[in-house]
Amino acid sequence: MHPTQSSQFEHSILKNYLLDHAYDEMFSGPGDLHRHCQRLLEHFTSLPPEELQRRKQAADLSFLNQGITFTVYGRDEGTEKIFPYDLVPRIITAAEWTTVELGLAQRITALNLFLKDIYNEGRILQDGIVPREMVYSCKHYRRQMSGLQVPRNVYIAVCGTDLIRLENGEFVVLEDNLRVPSGVSYMLTNRRVMKRIFPELFRSYNVRPIEQYTQLLLGTLRSLAPEGRPQPNIVLLSPGVFNSAYFEHAYLARQMGIELVEGRDLVTHDNIVYMRTTIGLRRVDVIYRRVDDDFIDPLAFRGDSILGVAGLFNAYRAGNVTLANAFGTGVADDKALYAYVPDIIKYYLSEDPVLKNVETYLPTRPKERRYVIENLDKLVVKAVGESGGYGMLIGPQSTKAQQQEFARKIEADPRNYIAQPTISFSRAPCLIGDRLEPRHVDLRPYVLFGDKVTIVPGGLTRVALTPGSLVVNSSQGGGSKDTWVLNQ
Amino acid sequence: MLSRVADSLYWMSRYLERAEHTTRLLDVNLNLMLDESAASADRRWQRVLEALGRPKDIEWSGEPYALTQALTFDTTNKASILSFIIAARENSRHVREQISTEQWHRLNSLYLQVVSPEMQIKRQAEAFAAGITRPSEFLQSVMEAVHQFQGVTDSTMNHGEGWQFIQVGRYLERASATALLLEAYHEDLWGQPERIGEGNEYLDWMGLLRSATAFEAYCKVYTADLTPDHIFEFLLLDGEFPHSVRFSIDSVQCALEKIQGDSGKARAQALQRLSGRLQASLSYSSVDEILREDVVGYLRGIQAQCHAIHNTIYELYVDYSIQAALAG
Repeated sequence: MHPTQSSQFEHSILKNYLLDHAYDEMFSGPGDLHRHCQRLLEHFTSLPPEELQRRKQAADLSFLNQGITFTVYGRDEGTEKIFPYDLVPRIITAAEWTTVELGLAQRITALNLFLKDIYNEGRILQDGIVPREMVYSCKHYRRQMSGLQVPRNVYIAVCGTDLIRLENGEFVVLEDNLRVPSGVSYMLTNRRVMKRIFPELFRSYNVRPIEQYTQLLLGTLRSLAPEGRPQPNIVLLSPGVFNSAYFEHAYLARQMGIELVEGRDLVTHDNIVYMRTTIGLRRVDVIYRRVDDDFIDPLAFRGDSILGVAGLFNAYRAGNVTLANAFGTGVADDKALYAYVPDIIKYYLSEDPVLKNVETYLPTRPKERRYVIENLDKLVVKAVGESGGYGMLIGPQSTKAQQQEFARKIEADPRNYIAQPTISFSRAPCLIGDRLEPRHVDLRPYVLFGDKVTIVPGGLTRVALTPGSLVVNSSQGGGSKDTWVLNQ
Repeated sequence: MLSRVADSLYWMSRYLERAEHTTRLLDVNLNLMLDESAASADRRWQRVLEALGRPKDIEWSGEPYALTQALTFDTTNKASILSFIIAARENSRHVREQISTEQWHRLNSLYLQVVSPEMQIKRQAEAFAAGITRPSEFLQSVMEAVHQFQGVTDSTMNHGEGWQFIQVGRYLERASATALLLEAYHEDLWGQPERIGEGNEYLDWMGLLRSATAFEAYCKVYTADLTPDHIFEFLLLDGEFPHSVRFSIDSVQCALEKIQGDSGKARAQALQRLSGRLQASLSYSSVDEILREDVVGYLRGIQAQCHAIHNTIYELYVDYSIQAALAG
C-alpha cells in the first residue's frame, strides 16, 4: 500500500495488501476505496485481531457441526474436511448486478433455444452458424434425445454460470454449467453463517435476500411437471451419501420438503417411475437429478452404472416423468462450443450478448491452431472434456517441456482443446491470518428456468486461497465467501 | 416414507440402543468389580459377554480393562461401542434430510468426540493400562449423549412415521437385549436359593438391576429387598418401567399400530399377529407360571419372536417384491 492521508490505510491489517493490474474488488487504486467498501473496511479495521479470530473459529465450528464437509472415504470412520470459508463478504453493487442478471437471462434463454433446435430441426446447423461436427463430436451430445419433446421446451432448468471480472471491472462469462451445477447450498449456508457472525455489518448494508432460492427451485420444478399431473410428486435423485455433494442434495431436499431418493429407491414399470415407500409404490412425476447423464439409466447409457434406474429413459421418452435438467444439455456447455455462444445468442434472439465471453481460440480452425501453438507460453489451454481445474496448461507458469507436450496433444486432437489469453481474475480481500490479502475470485450465480427465468441476487464467490493462484475449484484448494448484492 | 429411509432410521435407533446397553453393562460391571474378589471376576465378565450375545472374536482373557477396551474402542470388532456409534451416525447421514438439525448435531458431536485425535490416543490398550484412560468417564459421556439424543428426537422430530420406526428400532432392540440379559443371569439368580441378601449375590442382583437402569425403579415398587423372583418379574413383566421386556414390546406394538394406521392395515396382518401374540403373552402371564416352566426356553422364545417381528417388518415395509406391490 502507498501511504495516504487516511490512517485506515496504514492499519496493520492491510500490511500485505498489494495491488497489481488485476481488478481489485475493494480498492479502485492505491489508497482509493470503492465507495461501497468503505464500511466494510471500517468494520474490519475496528475489530481487534483476537475478535476476528474468534469469529473465524465460530464460523468454522458452525460448518463442522452442520456437517458441511467434504468426505474423503477409505477407512470406516472417514475423514471430513470443511469447505474453506472466508469471512470477508464480496460486495456487488445494484448497477453491476442489473447487467449480470440481464446477461444471464439472455444466455439461458438462447442456450435453451439452441438445445431445442439441435435436438429437433437443426436450423442453426443448416445455416452454418455452428458447425455440425462441433455438435456431433461432443461427448455430451445424446442422439437418444433427438425428436423428443420436453415440457415447456425447457432443457436447462437449473444452471450455474461462472463469471469473472476483467481488469476493467467488466463481468464476462468463463464457463456455463448446464448439467448438474453444484454449490448453491454453500451460497445459502455462507449467508446464514455470515448473518450470525457479522450481524451489525450485514445490517448496515442493504443486502438483497437469497433465502427464497429453494422455494423458487421447487416452483420451477413444479412448473415442468408432465401434463395431467396437477399435484406432482417431485424428488431429488442423488448418487448417494458417498458423493461429495451429498450434503447439498440433502440440504436442498429438506429445504424444499421433497424426498431425497437414490437409484435403488426408484423402479420403473410400464414406463412409469415409482419410488419404494413403506406403503408400497408411489408414482414419481418430476426428478431433479443430481446424477450425470452417463449414470442415470444403465439400460440407455452406461451399463455398469449402479447409481441409476433401469428403464428411466423410456419413461422419460414416454413423457411420464420430467427430468431437470434434461438429458444431453452438456452439449451446450462444451468448452469448444462455448466460443459459439455469442453467435448463438445473436442467431436466436437478434440481440448482442450482454455478457461477453472470454476470447477463445479453437484449434479446430487451422489459423487459430497455429496461433495457439506459437503462443503457448502466453495462453491458458484447457482440455474440453475435463473439469474441476484438471488437464490445464497455464502458459506463463509452465515449463518448455509442458508446452511441448501440449503442442503435441493439440496437434493430435484439436477438437479436445481450447485456448484463452491468460486473464487475471479480479481479486477480493480475504482474511489470511490476521491480515487482509487479495485473492483471485470468480462468481457463480444460479439461474432457474421454468415458466420464467429467475435469478436470486447473489451467487457463490469462489476464492483461490493460494496466493497468486487462478484456480478456484474446491478440489484444488479453493474456498468460498458470501456474496452481497446491494439493493441500491 | 421411502423404504430406505425407514430402514436407516430403524437401524440408527437400534445401533444407538445397542451402544447404550453395552456402555451401561460395562460401566456397571467395572464399578461393581471394585467391591469383589478376583475369583468372582471371572464369572462376572463371562456373564457380560453372554449378555452381549457372545460377540465374535472377543474372549475373556482375565483382564477386565483389556476386555473393556475391546468392547469400547476396537473398531475391528463390530460389537464395540465405537462401531455402534459409527454405524448409527452413518445411518443418520443417509437420512440427514429426514431427521432434525438438532438430532444430527447431537449425534454428529458424539461421533466427532469419539473419533477425535485426542480420543484416538486414549483408545489404545496401553492408555488403559497406564490409567490415562478413565473408562467410566467416557462411558458416562456416551450414555449422556445417547439420552440427550433421545430427548432431542422426541422434542424436535415430527412424531410421524419416521419417529415410529425409531421407536420400533429402539424397543425391539431393548426387549431382545433385556431378555438376553435375564438369560445370562438366570443361573446366578436361582443357582443358590438359600443365600439371600448377603455378599456377592446381593451385588450381582444389584448389578443386574443397574444394567437395566432398574435399581431405583425396582426399589420404589419392592423396596430395597432384592429377591430373584421379584427382580425377574420386574425386568420381564412390569408394565410401567421403560426397560422391562413388557414395556418394550408394548411400545413396539403401539408404534407398529401407528405405522399400520398410516400405511393400511390389511397388508400388516401377519405382523399384527406376531407382535400381538408376544404382547399378550407378556401382559397376561404371571411370574409364577413362567418360573414353574422352562425359564430359559421362555426367554429364548421372546428373542426368537423379536427376530421374527424384525423379519416381518422387513418383508412388509422395506424389502417387498415389486410384483406384489403392483398387484396390491
